[in-house]
Amino acid sequence: MRSVSFTVNGVAHELELEPRELLVYVLRERLGLTGTVVGCDTSSCGACTVLLDGESVKACTILGVQADGAAITTIEGLAENGSLHPLQELFHEHHALQCGYCTSGMVLAAVSLLAENPSPTSDEIRHALEGNICRCTGYQNIVDAIEAAAR
Amino acid sequence: MIPAPFDYEVAESVDHAIALLADREDSKVLAGGHSLLPLLRLRVTRPSVLVDVGRLDELSYVRDAGTSIAIGALTRHHDVATAPLLQEHNPFVSYVAGLVGDPQVRHRGTIGGSLAHGDPAADLPAVLLALDGEIDIAGAAGVRTVASADFFLGVFETAVGPQEIVTEVRVPKLTAEHGWSYLKFRRRSLDWATVGVAAFARRSNGDIGEPAIALVSMGATPLRARASEAAWASGQDPGPFADEGTDPPGDTNGSAEYRKHLVKVLVRRAAEEASRH
Ligand SMILES: Cc1cc2nc3c(=O)[nH]c(=O)nc-3n(C[C@H](O)[C@H](O)[C@H](O)COP(=O)(O)OP(=O)(O)OC[C@H]3O[C@@H](n4cnc5c(N)ncnc54)[C@H](O)[C@@H]3O)c2cc1C
Ligand code: FES
Ligand code: FES
Repeated sequence: MRSVSFTVNGVAHELELEPRELLVYVLRERLGLTGTVVGCDTSSCGACTVLLDGESVKACTILGVQADGAAITTIEGLAENGSLHPLQELFHEHHALQCGYCTSGMVLAAVSLLAENPSPTSDEIRHALEGNICRCTGYQNIVDAIEAAAR
Repeated sequence: MIPAPFDYEVAESVDHAIALLADREDSKVLAGGHSLLPLLRLRVTRPSVLVDVGRLDELSYVRDAGTSIAIGALTRHHDVATAPLLQEHNPFVSYVAGLVGDPQVRHRGTIGGSLAHGDPAADLPAVLLALDGEIDIAGAAGVRTVASADFFLGVFETAVGPQEIVTEVRVPKLTAEHGWSYLKFRRRSLDWATVGVAAFARRSNGDIGEPAIALVSMGATPLRARASEAAWASGQDPGPFADEGTDPPGDTNGSAEYRKHLVKVLVRRAAEEASRH
């Protein structure tokens, strides 16, 4: 076991972790933050995307111990004072989800993109989502929602 | 999928990492983890201890080193793709770093890990081979420099010993005379290359000098396409010779025959693009 401390959505946590515990299971099973989901478990689908020090990462491909000292943001941490994050609002407005399984990963990938490139073109948005798979929407409305946020 | 148990140590310095690696049998370096963790999850590999070098910030840099640009082994693909020094002096490397995986992968994966892993389907090793880059490897006996031509030995096999770590990669500075191209053929944009081609040359008055063509996913290591290079230098179409000396795999992305055809098409296109670019 190893002691690890990090913040998740601004809340400090100190945990004793087994080195082999993947961050996604630490978030879901130890901290009960089930908004981060597991889609593929093979690093391909992006459903488990969270922000690690502001950058999008796949929580199924990071050990909890590697996150020692980091600031983590999950989908639960985006809303502020009871109102949704602008991207969450726009996903809602543009009907950018159907089953919703990919949505938390999509939103966090978009937050990371807009932090790096505040006004991406539609092409850049599509490329930035290459690590996030959606089996329902056909992506069009997701791209529209992010484009609306970029304006 | 949960990996089998292992111990975990954080390296505080390069020397500390080397000492930790030597401490135990079956120890393994952990950098970005984006090749290693998928293998651990599948339990394909079962190291006794992971030595995490991911916190060695002193190995994360892009620096001017005179005639070359030096890139620290722990520099993440995203930082290689966006480094102003590379965009100015070697946009070939930064362009290809930006094609690796997807943004999440590029936020974690490192250039040193990409080279040390020795995956013949990886992108950056072929670029390094085409550019005749150099790799520094640190071990108990000090640091040695290995040419990219001597670095890749087989599938998942490189010149890096079990108790050594890659510390730096150097690529030449390019000038306006240099032309380059990287073509990565894949079915979906997050996929690895079915075949990739890195082409690089010096152009003067319409002639091609020092041509270099390196192939991805056409054998056990990234390969130089020597016959195509010779054809290109003599003004011929290098495409038809591109499969000479290759031994491509057959898998769900394409059969060996398909790859042998594809590589000819891609080499012709890459050479055309590098001649113009
Ligand atoms: C979904 C996905 C898609 C991907 N797509 C591509 C792609 O299109 N093209 C591509 O080229 N790659 C791709 N990759 C691989 C990615 O580029 C990896 O980041 C890279 O291959 C390994 O780098 P790493 O830092 O993550 O290394 P790790 O996974 O930490 O380590 C890999 C191996 O190298 C060793 N190692 C790492 N660093 C060092 C060092 N400094 N010294 C000595 N040994 C070291 C480790 O011991 C291990 O054996 C993809 C990965 C994923 C998960
Ligand atoms: S569950 Fe992590 S990428 Fe699919
Ligand atoms: S909304 Fe169902 S997977 Fe994207």
